[in-house]
Amino acid sequence: MMQFTCPHCGPRAQAEFVYERTVDSVVALDAPPEDAMRTLFTRNNPRGVDDEIWRHTYGCRAWMVITRHRVTNEISAIRAVGPEALT
Amino acid sequence: MITFSFDGKSYTAREGDTLAAALLRNGVGLVGRSFKYHRPRGIMTAGVEEPNALVTIGEGGRTEPNTRATDVFVYEGLVAKSQNRWPNLSFDVGSVLGLAAPALSAGFYYKTFFGSAKKWMFYEYFIRKAAGLGNAPTQTDPDRFSQRAAFCDLLVIGAGPAGMQAAVEAAEVGKRVILVEQDNILAPSLLRDPQAQDAAWIKATAERIRAAGGRILTRTTASGYWEHDLVTLTQRIAEPGQIPPHNVAQCLWHVRAGHVILATGSIERPMAFAHNDRPGVMLSQAVRTYVQRFGVVPGKRAVIATNNDDAYKTAQALKDAGAHIVAIIDARPAPAGAGSGFRVYNNAVPLSTKGARHCLKSVTALVDDKTVSWDADLMAVSGGFTPVVHLHMQAGGTLDWNEHAQAFVPAASRQNVTTIGGAADPQAIFKMVPVSSPKKSFIDFQNDVTLADVDLAWAEGYRSVEHLKRYTTLGMATDQGKLSNMAALGRLAEKQGVAIPEAGLTTFRPPYTPVTMGLIAGAGAKDAGAHIRRLALYDLHAAKNPIWQPLGYWFRPRAYPTGGETLAQAALREAKAVRNNVGMTDVSTLAKFEISGPDAAAFLEIICATTVSKLAVGRGRYTFMLREDGVVFDDGTVWRLDENRYLLTSSTGGADRMATHISYVRQVLCPQMRVSAVNVQEHYAGIAVAGPKAKSVLATLIGEEPPRHMSTVPASIAGVPVIILAASYSGERAFEIYVDASQAEAVWAACETQVNEVGGALYGLEAMEFLRIEKGHLVVGGEVDGRMTPHDLALDKMLNKAGGYVGASGLARPALAETRRRQLVGLEAIEGDIPEGAMLVTQEGASPVGHVSAAAFRIIEGGSVALGQLTDGFARHGEELIATSPTRGQKARVRVVVPHFYDAAGERYRD
Amino acid sequence: MSQYSAFGLLRGAFNGQKHWQPAWRDPQPKSHYDIIIIGGGGHGLATAYYLAKVHGLKNIAVLEKGWIGGGNTGRNTTIVRSNYRLKPLHDLFEFGLKMWEHLSDDLNYNVMFSPRGAMFLGHSDADMTKLAERGDAMRCDGIDADLMTRAEVAKFEPLLDMSRGARFPIDGALIQRRGGTARHDAVAWGYARAADMLGVDIIQKCEVTGFVRDGAAVVGVETTRGRIGAGRVGICVAGNSGHVAGLAGLQLPVESQTLQAMVTEGVKPMINSVIMSQSLHCYISQSDKGGVVFGGDPDNWPSYAQRGNSKVMEGAVAQGLALVPALSRLRMVRTWSGVTDMSFDGAPIIGETPVKNLYLNGGWCYGGFKATPASGWTYAHTLATGTPHALNAPFALDRFERGATIDETGSGPMPNSR
Repeated sequence: MMQFTCPHCGPRAQAEFVYERTVDSVVALDAPPEDAMRTLFTRNNPRGVDDEIWRHTYGCRAWMVITRHRVTNEISAIRAVGPEALT
Repeated sequence: MITFSFDGKSYTAREGDTLAAALLRNGVGLVGRSFKYHRPRGIMTAGVEEPNALVTIGEGGRTEPNTRATDVFVYEGLVAKSQNRWPNLSFDVGSVLGLAAPALSAGFYYKTFFGSAKKWMFYEYFIRKAAGLGNAPTQTDPDRFSQRAAFCDLLVIGAGPAGMQAAVEAAEVGKRVILVEQDNILAPSLLRDPQAQDAAWIKATAERIRAAGGRILTRTTASGYWEHDLVTLTQRIAEPGQIPPHNVAQCLWHVRAGHVILATGSIERPMAFAHNDRPGVMLSQAVRTYVQRFGVVPGKRAVIATNNDDAYKTAQALKDAGAHIVAIIDARPAPAGAGSGFRVYNNAVPLSTKGARHCLKSVTALVDDKTVSWDADLMAVSGGFTPVVHLHMQAGGTLDWNEHAQAFVPAASRQNVTTIGGAADPQAIFKMVPVSSPKKSFIDFQNDVTLADVDLAWAEGYRSVEHLKRYTTLGMATDQGKLSNMAALGRLAEKQGVAIPEAGLTTFRPPYTPVTMGLIAGAGAKDAGAHIRRLALYDLHAAKNPIWQPLGYWFRPRAYPTGGETLAQAALREAKAVRNNVGMTDVSTLAKFEISGPDAAAFLEIICATTVSKLAVGRGRYTFMLREDGVVFDDGTVWRLDENRYLLTSSTGGADRMATHISYVRQVLCPQMRVSAVNVQEHYAGIAVAGPKAKSVLATLIGEEPPRHMSTVPASIAGVPVIILAASYSGERAFEIYVDASQAEAVWAACETQVNEVGGALYGLEAMEFLRIEKGHLVVGGEVDGRMTPHDLALDKMLNKAGGYVGASGLARPALAETRRRQLVGLEAIEGDIPEGAMLVTQEGASPVGHVSAAAFRIIEGGSVALGQLTDGFARHGEELIATSPTRGQKARVRVVVPHFYDAAGERYRD
Repeated sequence: MSQYSAFGLLRGAFNGQKHWQPAWRDPQPKSHYDIIIIGGGGHGLATAYYLAKVHGLKNIAVLEKGWIGGGNTGRNTTIVRSNYRLKPLHDLFEFGLKMWEHLSDDLNYNVMFSPRGAMFLGHSDADMTKLAERGDAMRCDGIDADLMTRAEVAKFEPLLDMSRGARFPIDGALIQRRGGTARHDAVAWGYARAADMLGVDIIQKCEVTGFVRDGAAVVGVETTRGRIGAGRVGICVAGNSGHVAGLAGLQLPVESQTLQAMVTEGVKPMINSVIMSQSLHCYISQSDKGGVVFGGDPDNWPSYAQRGNSKVMEGAVAQGLALVPALSRLRMVRTWSGVTDMSFDGAPIIGETPVKNLYLNGGWCYGGFKATPASGWTYAHTLATGTPHALNAPFALDRFERGATIDETGSGPMPNSR
């Protein structure tokens, strides 16, 4: 079980968080339909670092972007969600 | 003295004995039988790596099969039994398998037992009976297992002198320290090999650690090293089979550590020679442990086989205890062992042993190319030392090859972990190669894997270490390869003609030693870890003794039978009350969200696929929500309570999913919106009142004219503020009353009084299902099954033409507009009752064209009706089909109709 | 090459089993193959075998970056069944199940397929209706399925907790009697040996590092053992599909997640069949060696680590113990994890890719092992003819963007909600 440092609550056990989706899967509301479906249905899925959206469901319930290595589980950044966090 | 029993015979042990020590003390040498050939086996080690001395401990629900006799401390009344033998341990019929051993080579089962699957199952029956070791208990475990979390700056694993020193130093500079030791005493190795640090040092050091705030856990094994320096510890509170002091047998610790020190030492290696598995052949340090720590001398005439200096300490210990050292077989050339005072044979390696009555009788060695034999009843073997690197490897570390010790030692760490002591720096040994016939030279003792099996696997092309392991089952026994892996790697390297590090290494995975399943489950074993949520009105329902229905984590009344009614009878009575009079039911579990702020309507038009912004204050309407791929995933109602304040309801089953979805859209997609979206599911309890008399009942309750259909007003019932929504799921004029959950009982009681007054009834989920099916209303999880689009459900006319809602892009996918999609239909029985879940077929034997998603009876007129999904169903009204359920032997002839069986025009809603 | 038989073993009893040959050769890669399959798991090896056996192709290679059968083929819970609700799924898996019934003879390698019954437990009337619906869908398509009453379940698996007060009381089950378990490693080895006998080159320790292009088409692969030309290339690396397809510039509807399983120490027979429960998200069986094998949900977040999570394991064991309380005092001896391709409708992908000559077999979620023969058969057909077999046609890669997903659970496009 990993440990994430919630931007609001501090270090907490991963069991308090729920993974929701990757940042590359976020479909903007105004995306053209073809782009929207490509975004929804394909992933970078790298065997390395990716940006993921997790939620501190059993804590403050806030959403955050966690930059994590998919093999080593090294966390390189955690930031509260917002328009700037997704770019 | 402590009394215990083994195979029904009573023995005595000394305080502090392991079962193995106690058995040896009583002269019991034969303790178990091996897995495959049922070979007689004794005690080989003094630790958790024991492959042979496995016994079943305890009785009833506390029975623990496959318990290592070396890893259980004897307590008064301990009951141990040998395993995998019939009729008894010394005469085991299964041992005839040993005679067939030449045909039962590694992987033999892959090469035979052909024919049909049934034929294999015939052979397999006997294989399964022969396999396995102990018997699992059949009774319920009477004890509990607890779990707890802990945090520390430093976790030290292994309380030997090195570990204790590290712990005390850290504790005394103010670090939070946890020190764990799998044995039941600290620094057990000091009893085996006395050093400068004596008992007084151990005691003083432990006191200093505790005084500095450190925690010391004995009988505790670090079983897993997980992510981000989380280590799981398994703590034995009671010994296997023992009645625990407070019902808690073991405790599982989850320790998140800032830094971890592994002072885990090493495990001695056996040597490969013929019949090296005979009772009486033991590891050298184990022999020394029994002599020095337990005061048990396991033999009178001992032969020592070694490739290192350490075994000489065993010889000395045995000698001091009065045993005779017949010979020391030392693989090293002279002058190794010179001056020890023992009869040392250099350049000597063991060849084989002989035995009688399951005891060791003689040992033969090859000394300078000549064979020499000695009579002996004990053989102490030391093939070198394997550092315990399991946790280091579980943490993602790498290993280096230490040529002097012929062993892998920890190299780089990926987490905050350091290895110290013998595990980092094992003793030097002499590299030796087995010379005896590989046939009975066991390397995995429990699974009966010999060097010959390794050779065969190699010859057959199973050459990667993983193939070797899987083909021969090497390392797959309860000792998890602690004794066997290095021997196998050595043989593999020899075959490949490479150095051991190039031969590869298998992966180290948790657990380090086997962990009791009940402990892993903890309290979750009782309720499957699935919590239950109680209705706010639970007590009121329970008083009526309803039939309960599980619904996710809720339990809701399914029906309120009276006077011996069956479920079906009660449900029909309740449904009739709604159709003819009035009924009331608890709808508290519905998902509810309060959406407010200047952008509330705009936000709702993203969540809902229908228009919202045109709603007048005080009005509501039906709505549904799409997933991003355009599939309908929930439905409900939306109400404009105020200028910028809305209430959205959706299904019970989808409540959590909808809450997450709304939060996702709010926080991730629309962070700029001026809107608040609050989940008020459990803030409000909900009561539905439905039926032709609902309006008059409500008028009495609120003291004013109730709102017309799809309107909402604030009101008060029994002095409690409520929100009234005039909405109907049943098809009758109906109201949903929402009230602060803490005040719901008074409102329910007032409603019930009024309903009873006019001769109405409570109704449960079963009646609600009848009502909604007859009306043709959808249910999430039934008609709305996660595969249907708004078009498939005939909801497309309600879609917001302006778009902009979640799922609009998904709906545009081309295949969703193609024919051959399943579409919502009604089904009316022509003959027979329609079975729910049945397949719709055009004729017997044809592949289904649809299915029955929900079936019920017309409440007043009778007759079986259903909702279903049918390929191109909209165009098939009037067609006759068969609804068939082969698994239940039921079928009905049905006609496809419009999915509304009751008041299709909605006249019942009008006042 | 020696035929496997009881006679052969007896003969070996007198010669120290010295007459056996390597089960497969260790060839050097050739410069060009008609078809290259990337991935020496069960599916890749089966594909090669059927390409040689059914389609008569001679010049085929299987490239494996490690050792054959070392991925998910060797990291599953060995369950074989075809009890799916949706037609494209149960048709594909049933085709496979029929092959399992004769696979040992076909391969001359005992894969130990043991049809001891695979049952889904029902914990409420609603569950039982859903199970009946699934069973009816299967029965109407000619697949065996039977409902069992509570009493029948209690008799069939006496150690199940049948108490009414259980959190999820058992009301009955849907059983597929022809379902069961097989020996996972034997499947890889048996296919490898049989394919090798037909001339397929199985090349281990050969990792594909890139694709060789001629314009839009793939004409070969770059590997750690050099460039190898190919007429067609089939990716068959479930768990790593995203990574390998990425080498060809493709993004897939796949997210890699870890699925872990575990086994207890061996005990005498106590579990007769495969016990599954959807309310409890766990599945239990007992291996021939006596270990009780457990599996649960995937870790539910993206991962390429072949390493499980302690909390997920604790949850799976808790659920297993709720079903079979007698497991409480057994000890878990080993855990393992596989990296699974979680596809976005829960169904596999077998077919063409947008890149010419490049084909994909992946997206098996946690259900690939049982499909091995059917996957190999249909993928071989697809690779040999360039067009999908009727059974794998519905499992095309473009179905997601087209809107023709095959969503058994109806849980939509997010793999973690499945």
